[in-house]
Amino acid sequence: MWRVGTVVALHDETPTARTITLDVPDWPGHVAGQHVDVRLTASDGYSAVRSYSIASAPSPQRRVELTVERLPNGEVSPYLTRELAVSDRLELRGPIGGWFVWRTQQTEPIQLIAGGSGIVPLMAMIRSRASASSTASFRLLYSVREPGAVWYRDELQGLSAKDQPVSVTYAYTRAAPKDWPRPPGRVDAALISNTTWPSKLAPTCYVCGPTSFVEIVAGFLSDAGNNPEKIRTERFGPTGDRQ
Amino acid sequence: MSPCTDDYLDGNAAAGELSRIFAMDVTAAEGQCAHCGATKRFAEAHLYMQGPGLVARCAACEQVLLRLVNARQRVFLDVRGMTYLSLDTSQLQP
Repeated sequence: MWRVGTVVALHDETPTARTITLDVPDWPGHVAGQHVDVRLTASDGYSAVRSYSIASAPSPQRRVELTVERLPNGEVSPYLTRELAVSDRLELRGPIGGWFVWRTQQTEPIQLIAGGSGIVPLMAMIRSRASASSTASFRLLYSVREPGAVWYRDELQGLSAKDQPVSVTYAYTRAAPKDWPRPPGRVDAALISNTTWPSKLAPTCYVCGPTSFVEIVAGFLSDAGNNPEKIRTERFGPTGDRQ
Repeated sequence: MSPCTDDYLDGNAAAGELSRIFAMDVTAAEGQCAHCGATKRFAEAHLYMQGPGLVARCAACEQVLLRLVNARQRVFLDVRGMTYLSLDTSQLQP
């Protein structure tokens, strides 16, 4: 049930977020969008379990990448983002979840909408599309506090230069780059209707972020004429430490 | 009765705990609410994790679909809030 992964690489996405690459010898493979449970056990036997979305595309190398944000009063994330070192071992359960997933056989337009660290499972979908040479049309709307808080920045920038580009729109909530066309603010109905696939194309929408963000965005998508059954959501909140 | 909080997650987040009990992924399964009759994916349920266990509520009527509590070496599972679960065997992982 619980598998053991060995840390083979660590990479800081931002001052508070770290990508952990694990080698998991008995990893059965995963589908983009799935998550794992990570269990930490202290020397006195106390253990804590947290869920983290998988950031990497399925690969035959049995590698699994997680990106973890350090939460100020977190019980697990400070350890994972500060103490964990290459060659350390972590206990994992998964891959888990069969609903918030994008499969390479899907050919319909895909709308991804991320709030903050909700980018992780959507990045796995973008990477999975690329590694499978899928030509499905992808759009990403990424709501983030400020330019410095963007995860996977270089890789996302590179996407627009490809033959089959993934169009990426950033929505900055606190501070935008100089001359940015839209003043900083939350995602609103106008931004949804101007930057996401028209509902008449019947896109499948994947929305991941904090509970309040997901609630609002799913409402806008539904108001814009999207069939609620085509809107898949993944919320995380303070209770589950979900990222 | 309805919960006084909107601090919930999706049914997706119960997948790890449910994987301890079921051989197939329950969160992708379709289930019918025994209270209002709504048929939805379990992943769409509202999941409350603040208590000593998990409580999944119907996204349509907020009545309880499932309760799961771990106590020492036992797991207690109450699914009387669902009339049935329908699982797609072609989607076995991965």
